[in-house]
Amino acid sequence: MATFRIKRYNPEIKPEPYYEDFQLEIPEGATLLDCINQIKWTLDGTLTYRMSCRSAICGSCGMKANGHAQLACQKQATSLLDKNDTITVEPLGNMEPVKDLVVDFEPFWDKVNKIKPYLQTDDSPPKKERTQSPDQFHLIDDASTCIMCGNCYSDCNVLEVDDKFLGPAALAKAQRFVGDSRDERTLERVTELSEPGGIWDCTHCGECVERCPKPAQPFYRIKEVMAVALEQGVHNNNGARHALSFVKSVKSSGRLNENMIPVESMGYFNIKGLMELIPIGLRMLLKRKIPPIIHKSIEDVKDVKRIFKELGQ
Amino acid sequence: MIKHDVVIIGAGLAGMRAAIEVSKELDVAVLTKVYPSRSHSGAAQGGIAASLGNSESDSWEEHMYDTIKGGDFLNDQDAVEEYVKAAPGIIYELEHMGCVFSRTADGKIAQRSFGGHSKPRACFSADRTGHAILHALHEQLMKQSETIKIYNEWNMHSLVTEGNRCNGVVVSNVKTGAVEVIQAKAVIFCTGGYGRIFKITTNAFASTADGVMAAFRAGIPIEDAEFVQFHPSGLYRQGILFSEAARGEGGYLLNGKGDRFMEQYAPSRMELAPRDIVSRAEQSEIDAGRGVNGKDFIHLDLRHLGEARIMERLPQIRQLGIDFTSVDCVKDPLPIQPTAHYSMGGIPTDKFSQVVMDAQGTKMEGFFAAGECACVSVHGGNRLGTNSLLDATVFGRRAGLSALEYARSADFAKVNEAQEKTKVLKSFEDIFQRDGSESYNDIRNEMKDVMMEKCGIFRDEEKLKACIENIKSLHLRFKKGKVTDKGKLFNTEIYEILELENMLEMAQIIATSALARKESRGGHFRSDYDKRDDKNFLKHTLVHGSMEELELKYKPVVITKHKPTERTY
Ligand SMILES: Cc1cc2nc3c(=O)[nH]c(=O)nc-3n(C[C@H](O)[C@H](O)[C@H](O)COP(=O)(O)OP(=O)(O)OC[C@H]3O[C@@H](n4cnc5c(N)ncnc54)[C@H](O)[C@@H]3O)c2cc1C
Ligand code: SF4
Ligand code: SF4
Ligand code: FES
Repeated sequence: MATFRIKRYNPEIKPEPYYEDFQLEIPEGATLLDCINQIKWTLDGTLTYRMSCRSAICGSCGMKANGHAQLACQKQATSLLDKNDTITVEPLGNMEPVKDLVVDFEPFWDKVNKIKPYLQTDDSPPKKERTQSPDQFHLIDDASTCIMCGNCYSDCNVLEVDDKFLGPAALAKAQRFVGDSRDERTLERVTELSEPGGIWDCTHCGECVERCPKPAQPFYRIKEVMAVALEQGVHNNNGARHALSFVKSVKSSGRLNENMIPVESMGYFNIKGLMELIPIGLRMLLKRKIPPIIHKSIEDVKDVKRIFKELGQ
Repeated sequence: MIKHDVVIIGAGLAGMRAAIEVSKELDVAVLTKVYPSRSHSGAAQGGIAASLGNSESDSWEEHMYDTIKGGDFLNDQDAVEEYVKAAPGIIYELEHMGCVFSRTADGKIAQRSFGGHSKPRACFSADRTGHAILHALHEQLMKQSETIKIYNEWNMHSLVTEGNRCNGVVVSNVKTGAVEVIQAKAVIFCTGGYGRIFKITTNAFASTADGVMAAFRAGIPIEDAEFVQFHPSGLYRQGILFSEAARGEGGYLLNGKGDRFMEQYAPSRMELAPRDIVSRAEQSEIDAGRGVNGKDFIHLDLRHLGEARIMERLPQIRQLGIDFTSVDCVKDPLPIQPTAHYSMGGIPTDKFSQVVMDAQGTKMEGFFAAGECACVSVHGGNRLGTNSLLDATVFGRRAGLSALEYARSADFAKVNEAQEKTKVLKSFEDIFQRDGSESYNDIRNEMKDVMMEKCGIFRDEEKLKACIENIKSLHLRFKKGKVTDKGKLFNTEIYEILELENMLEMAQIIATSALARKESRGGHFRSDYDKRDDKNFLKHTLVHGSMEELELKYKPVVITKHKPTERTY
């Protein structure tokens, strides 16, 4: 018998969320969604969540299992059991809960909308298709697999402290157009994406890659947009300065001095900018997301310097 | 009362394509019970047909013939002709909108083979073609977010009609439970299929016949409901689809003895014969005890394709196998069985997506339908793979155009808001008040079992009669069901109950149509009448009336270029 410890919330009845345990024998081959359906249909009809395709393509059934965002329909339930034969199920994070496992997706979609998620071209189209080589197709193939499930958004560390951040899904969607050989607004796009809330606010934690059920893998897409931004000469912003200071840090010490980077990327004399960092820094400290204060050179710093030299930096 | 020139129910390929058309001139709203990107069109894997001729020469004439032969000559040929002619244009237009397609070496849209098509005609985006198109259309809607109003997670309950004119819809907001009337000059239904009636199905939980039944209750007949397509490759027990692309790329079907049994059934097309034929072949093998280990599944073997090709062309299928059965198709064959997949029948429309009320083509003014919920009929008795994404986009666009044209000159008609609202509120109240002991879950499961066993791949009179009786008694039990969630906030239970009622009624309509069609054609196979009978049944079924008294009528098939011939592969 497995225990499903589900976070319940129904503000019509009770203002505070609470946990409720359901016991269920997991049928052979059942996914987490199969089990939750079983609970709804046989134990408690009030249990509320979204689902539709049950084949990992519609993006409806994102929820947290044991603290991490997952597609309930994609995970075999038994693979999620902890040592007490329990699975803890909660709604996605970084979005407001509506009822039980249903959260409000509107801010998520608003951000997707902000990146101008559609092809922009100047000329009127040819009579037949626009051509695109298989290689060019591959540049956008991964990003185009995103099913807008919000898993990455739920577990992104930056969104936890800064809800102005566009977030991984919107930025992955942006790469879908930045990388599209048919789109004619690349410079405009990367300039906008380099503004506060954009690509440079990502802390490279890689959490979104872990959480993404598809090849979309937002962080890799964000890096691709960063590369295009630098290539296009969009340096005049904190993020690009951050990247350049990253290079400097690694070059001089062989590792990343993360404590210096926020300061450098704001510019040493940008007092106001520095002040703005303090609350975020404090919140990160509280959530234990700040790197250790002491920063040492790694042993083979010579090698790192050599590599940079060879790369002509 | 909410007011829009045109309101579209459904945001799959058909609904969104229609919205783009209407928004060019008029105020349009799209209402959908799931977010647009969650519509079931996104699950389509294999491709969308058009005779672009990008990898081999092709023509609309060949596409037309393949479609009609595939449909076992029940297709209306005038509609098929316009549809296949429109195909290349609609694909180029999707490409121009930004849809991501796989490409040939010289940069054109790549095309591959598909069952029943004599040429490689399926345009695709790896194995997520529906997803690619759905998102491309959704992108266009987001681009026009100022002009196209989207009601996300709203449910349509009923049509508002007066005589032969449609004046709006009654809807409710899933999040708040609030019931509203939307007054409109024109309404377009794009509510998708109803595969959820069957136990083993590829369809999403949202595919529940809501639109078709709302139309029926407003006096519209239902056309060709007996034609349900069973897809040959559903994941064993789950029904989840492994696209026909797996066979298009060269996959084998093997029975328990390891034989490519299609040799016995369709020697010229083998695994790429049309779906109805392959599904029956599989079921015959299983029924004859030649399933794998004597069980009710057979194998889909892709191993000889090699990892590289599988990863290039079928990556999602590989992942599905790993996630849902722990089988990696690079190393092992996949366990599959036939699965309910597509509804050829639906709301009868003419080739301009105008809904018609009878065999004479009387119009329900201001009411249009497109996509899987509609029956034009371009698919006849059996739809070819990749032809339905095309159907949804071609006729979605047409429905948009027709509604636009109609609404341009029409006025809003008077709607009795209070009365319309009360009807729907009462249906909610009815369910909330029930104090029965029946479990809706049991009723749903029994319906699915009954339909699979008695109204599935092989049907006969005895099974169908029993099926109808079973469904009727389930309907009685349904009225004594028990509801647990009586709240207004995001009450998914009440919507599931309403969907179940739609499915029960649709199930009865399917079985009743099937009982009356004493022949075998396309997806409808009668063991007791195993031949096609053009003399008596070269005609479309129309189910009229009410659930208390279903009345069967028929209308002729439109035949222009191709006289019916025997269908062999
Ligand atoms: C797994 C799978 C794979 C497929 N592969 C292919 C393929 O490769 N090629 C091909 O051509 N075809 C394929 N098909 C068929 C094809 O995908 C569908 O026929 C087509 O996408 C239907 O599109 P649609 O717009 O009519 O409906 P859908 O995309 O199903 O959309 C229905 C819409 O109606 C809304 N809706 C329904 N009821 C209500 C209500 N009561 N209130 C409010 N909104 C409502 C839903 O929210 C949804 O937005 C496949 C089908 C499946 C199931
Ligand atoms: S890598 Fe960036 S976008 Fe992804 S979760 Fe971490 S901070 Fe968020
Ligand atoms: S990027 Fe991945 S995790 Fe994020 S919304 Fe898209 S599919 Fe989901
Ligand atoms: S139900 Fe569609 S992704 Fe899980």
